[in-house]
Amino acid sequence: MGVRPSTCLVIRAVGHDPRSDQFLADAHALGISGLTAVTCTDLVFFDGALSDKSVQLVSQRLLSDPLLRTVSPHTKAKAGVIVVETTLLPGVTDARAEAIVRGAKLVGLGDIGQVATGRRFELTGVLRDEDLQHLVSRLLANPVIEKSAIGEVTPTFVSGDSTGPAEVVPVTSLSSDELLALSSERGMALDVVEMAAIANHYRKLDREPTDVELEMIAQTWSEHCNHKTFRAQITFTDGSTAVPLLKQLRAATDQINAPWVHSAFVDNAGIVAFDDHFDLAIKAETHNHPSAVEPFGGSNTGVGGVVRDVLGVSARPIALTDILCFGPTDLPIDDLPAGVLHPRVIRAGVVAGVADYGNKLGVPTVSGAIVHDEGYTANPLVFCGCVGVLPRGSNPTEPRPGDRIVVIGGRTGRDGIRGATFSSMTMDATTGDVAGASVQIGDPIVEKGLIDVILAARDAGLYSAITDCGAGGLSSSVGELASRLGATVDLDLVPRKYAGLASWEVWLSEAQERMVLAVPNVAPLQAICDRYEVELADIGSFSDDQLLILRSGGEIVAEMGMGFLHDGCPTRNLTAALPSTPPPTHTSRAVPDLAAGLLALLAHPSLRSNQDVVSGYDHEVLGGTAVRPYGGAVGDGPCDAAVVIPYGTSGDTAMVLACGVNARYGALDAYRMARACADEAMRNVVAAGADPDRVALLDNFSWGDPRRPETLGTLASAVAGCVDAALAHQAPFVSGKDSLNNEYLTSSGERRSIPPTLVITAVGRVTSLDHVVTSDLKAAGNVVLLVGSTRDELRGSHLDAVLCIDGPGDVPAPDPDAAERYRQMHRAITARLVRSCHDLSEGGLATAAAEMVIAGRLGLSMIVDGDPVVRLFSESTGRFLVEVAPSDVDAFIAAMPGSVVLGTVTAEPVLHITVGSDAITLPVADLVHAWAGHVPGIQP
Amino acid sequence: MTSVPAVVLAAPGTNRDVDVAAALELAGASVTIIPLAEAGTTVLRSARLAVVAGGFSFADALGSGRLFALELAERLGESLGGFVAAGRPLLGICNGFQTLVRSGILPGPSSQAALGHNAHGRFECRWVALQAEPTSTRIWTQGIADELLCPIAHGEGRFHAEPDTLAKLAANGQIALRYRRPDRSAADGAFPFNPNGSDEDIAGICDPTGMVLGLMPHPEDHVLNRQHPRWTRGETSGSCRTLFANGVRHAKEL
Repeated sequence: MGVRPSTCLVIRAVGHDPRSDQFLADAHALGISGLTAVTCTDLVFFDGALSDKSVQLVSQRLLSDPLLRTVSPHTKAKAGVIVVETTLLPGVTDARAEAIVRGAKLVGLGDIGQVATGRRFELTGVLRDEDLQHLVSRLLANPVIEKSAIGEVTPTFVSGDSTGPAEVVPVTSLSSDELLALSSERGMALDVVEMAAIANHYRKLDREPTDVELEMIAQTWSEHCNHKTFRAQITFTDGSTAVPLLKQLRAATDQINAPWVHSAFVDNAGIVAFDDHFDLAIKAETHNHPSAVEPFGGSNTGVGGVVRDVLGVSARPIALTDILCFGPTDLPIDDLPAGVLHPRVIRAGVVAGVADYGNKLGVPTVSGAIVHDEGYTANPLVFCGCVGVLPRGSNPTEPRPGDRIVVIGGRTGRDGIRGATFSSMTMDATTGDVAGASVQIGDPIVEKGLIDVILAARDAGLYSAITDCGAGGLSSSVGELASRLGATVDLDLVPRKYAGLASWEVWLSEAQERMVLAVPNVAPLQAICDRYEVELADIGSFSDDQLLILRSGGEIVAEMGMGFLHDGCPTRNLTAALPSTPPPTHTSRAVPDLAAGLLALLAHPSLRSNQDVVSGYDHEVLGGTAVRPYGGAVGDGPCDAAVVIPYGTSGDTAMVLACGVNARYGALDAYRMARACADEAMRNVVAAGADPDRVALLDNFSWGDPRRPETLGTLASAVAGCVDAALAHQAPFVSGKDSLNNEYLTSSGERRSIPPTLVITAVGRVTSLDHVVTSDLKAAGNVVLLVGSTRDELRGSHLDAVLCIDGPGDVPAPDPDAAERYRQMHRAITARLVRSCHDLSEGGLATAAAEMVIAGRLGLSMIVDGDPVVRLFSESTGRFLVEVAPSDVDAFIAAMPGSVVLGTVTAEPVLHITVGSDAITLPVADLVHAWAGHVPGIQP
Repeated sequence: MTSVPAVVLAAPGTNRDVDVAAALELAGASVTIIPLAEAGTTVLRSARLAVVAGGFSFADALGSGRLFALELAERLGESLGGFVAAGRPLLGICNGFQTLVRSGILPGPSSQAALGHNAHGRFECRWVALQAEPTSTRIWTQGIADELLCPIAHGEGRFHAEPDTLAKLAANGQIALRYRRPDRSAADGAFPFNPNGSDEDIAGICDPTGMVLGLMPHPEDHVLNRQHPRWTRGETSGSCRTLFANGVRHAKEL
């Protein structure tokens, strides 16, 4: 430390580096206006001394380009320029360093020792010390993955001894307080009852646990892995009780008993039938806590993780989704809680992380949403989903005694240690520091290799079971595979990034891009791994003695009964407060200028077009995307659902994929929020043509601390809403995930929880592309009809958000006729009566009409009766706006009783809505402008 | 009808190998995807057509295509140059284009070009309109008068060369494809029509023999009607099937 390595090179763009502009803009957005220029360059550090000739060879053949970039030796800063340098911490994925090592061999240099990379920022301007500190800690470097210095930085090259020994941790004679202290000290996130159960278990065994055993129990029993809240016995404050939440969701799926559901809730991903030969695997995950402290790495590994869930059921990943929730990007920096990254920085990092992983992996990102709310400032939410395709019956799930335990993919490092318990903890100002090791940068190229290897191995029948290596690392994955068998593992055989890991760290590491397989014969799998340059390690074997035995250095470092590990965690007993719902009061909102109100809605951060983000995601790779996130006449209109032909299938049947999320209803009425989100997800896929009787759902709950009765109360309400929605639509949940404890403790001791947030993902299908419908208006002269009923339901509406009021009234209630209406709608679509269709959700009828105009670049002239504000902006569920050819109107109304003609499509691209004595007249250019987020000076 | 044997070269991180394989098979080729670890001096021996496929070989960690180019030189040796010299068509798409430029195969001997970071500094995925240069009579774009529509998906696609190189490429008929506005007028560097700030709106170039084509957009992702961004509006124009049909036909005639 402290000594500059022998060689450091600076790579500088010829001409302008576009990254520099972005850093300057971000600095100004953070209020650091004294900064006048940033020049961003790259650094490469070599551990060993390189000869001049070697430096020249590396520079010319690997780093420089006469037309793009120059390489020069590191020099001191010029006068008047402040230099900030950063470099990745040891063990953080450094793809450039690895490529330089590989490239050096190719250009004849052989082994050049360790390499590290970094960045150098040359800053000019007038900067106060605090401005500079802000810049370094909040923009230029992230201490979670990087070290930085004002001036020269020195990378740490790790070398050390082999695996450290296991330690014995006495627990059997500890008091309750001492047990809790131990849980806290080791970051185990277990409560006193759970700690006592461990102590009791070891008293019976008449010995003390090793650190490996203790850490393994903490991971297996963590909220993240064990879903203790969802498995808990719940008692309400009025004395009534509820079946555990997970059981409720499963019971609804069992009750629906759909023959096309092949696996629900039991594996890494849900599995449903797709066509006669193929199944779909679907899964959505959250990666909230990691994204709060390292936005790029957090979302990056979130995508990587959910893809491995789908690989973990032997499916080829074919589509990605992402729903992202952030605080306001214009939050004044003084309002930012201590230790929290600015929402602008979080958003940029999360979006870049999602894009980086999916794009490099070669899986299209086809669906998603971005929601902004102040409640997400300290706790951003990142929901990542993945759909995969697999031939029916091709996922083996039965490991056999004697099968080898094989790890393939990335190497193990100290990264992600205790990630499962970290995600089960409340965050505070120190989280970013202490949790550093919990977040990693992904390596999508390694994961791409895993896809290639697993698909080839699956088709050759080379494994008898497979699982991903996610939260809890090998401890979780081997523990789960061996849960009915037993296993013996030699930790010394696990490949590592560097020496010096303790046994428990090897076992618990959450290093990315690893899969675990049960393999009868390793040699043919090794050949496939060689073909795709994927590392394989045979680390042990499955047994039949119900014992997990871990060895290191020839000694046993852990010996665990599978029964205690998987079934020994005490069931939690939790108390829930019954949510109080205020009686409805209906007072209409005053919106003096309806047109201005509509423009403000279109420009709202949660409603506006995200095309600037989505164009950074590859939505085309694999060639199966038939309906994209944005489409229509000029490709900028919103699509309700993505339509994808899964790779390798016949091409006749397509998957339809959409989500429902609403950040505003949850805090007001969690039950209705759940019903509304499920209805929105259903409505979206039905609008795109999917058969409502073949839709599978996923739930993802992000909530606060469930040990508070009010929080658990709203969670229980939301689960009840999910159950009722599933039964109403006969749409079974096949997988789900909960992320709890999304709370932040401010330095003044105030608890801040996120708004209760539920994401529902719907996966449906069309059996013919002739049944695919999009939301863009198709032809002048066509008739536009409203389907469904509009009620006075403006509570929590986005109109209230743009009016900056918390107005009275009802949160939109479930529509009891919705399920039957969706079936009718589907029959109308398959009868080819529908030219375009758009679901009504955030912003109500006016917003949906505006979006159809934008998408089709045609006009729409409508007449609407009744209270203008209710009719235009109420967010009642169960509604569609539909375009029908004049000759089909009678047939459509016969098919859809209760639908009402509102107007006609016009050639002149103007939205004209007459409502009572008032009217909105807006040309499409104004709508497009607002929808891109611009509404200069308009107050509704 | 015998199909034309074609090889698709893929490195760790290549991800559109399956897309281009599907497009070639549609055009009548019989495709083998060769992972880099199995690429040797003999893999091209029986192939009549070869593609360096798109993706993020080695994560583009040293600049796009750089390590892939070094690996190909190491593993294929002279055989890739020999393949082209024998008049067999070679296509580099996106990362494959970047790789062929890094290899020096494009634009060709004594010319130098580069593919830099997109002008706006970000990865971009969007549909673009392309026009085949009428002066380029090379095999891949032969007879394509209508515009081509296909997506781009790259972060480093800004084609750049010195002015005299650009003039030489134009004079040699080596400029194969340019970005265009939807009304077929010149993009003139304007985003999003020219999506990455490429010099002279250049989307693709060929080598002096015309056998090698490199382009940043992904024609392999628009060979079916349902891939068209406006198929739900009844539009069918701009399919890139012809490009692959041209390559396969030429290979067949060898």
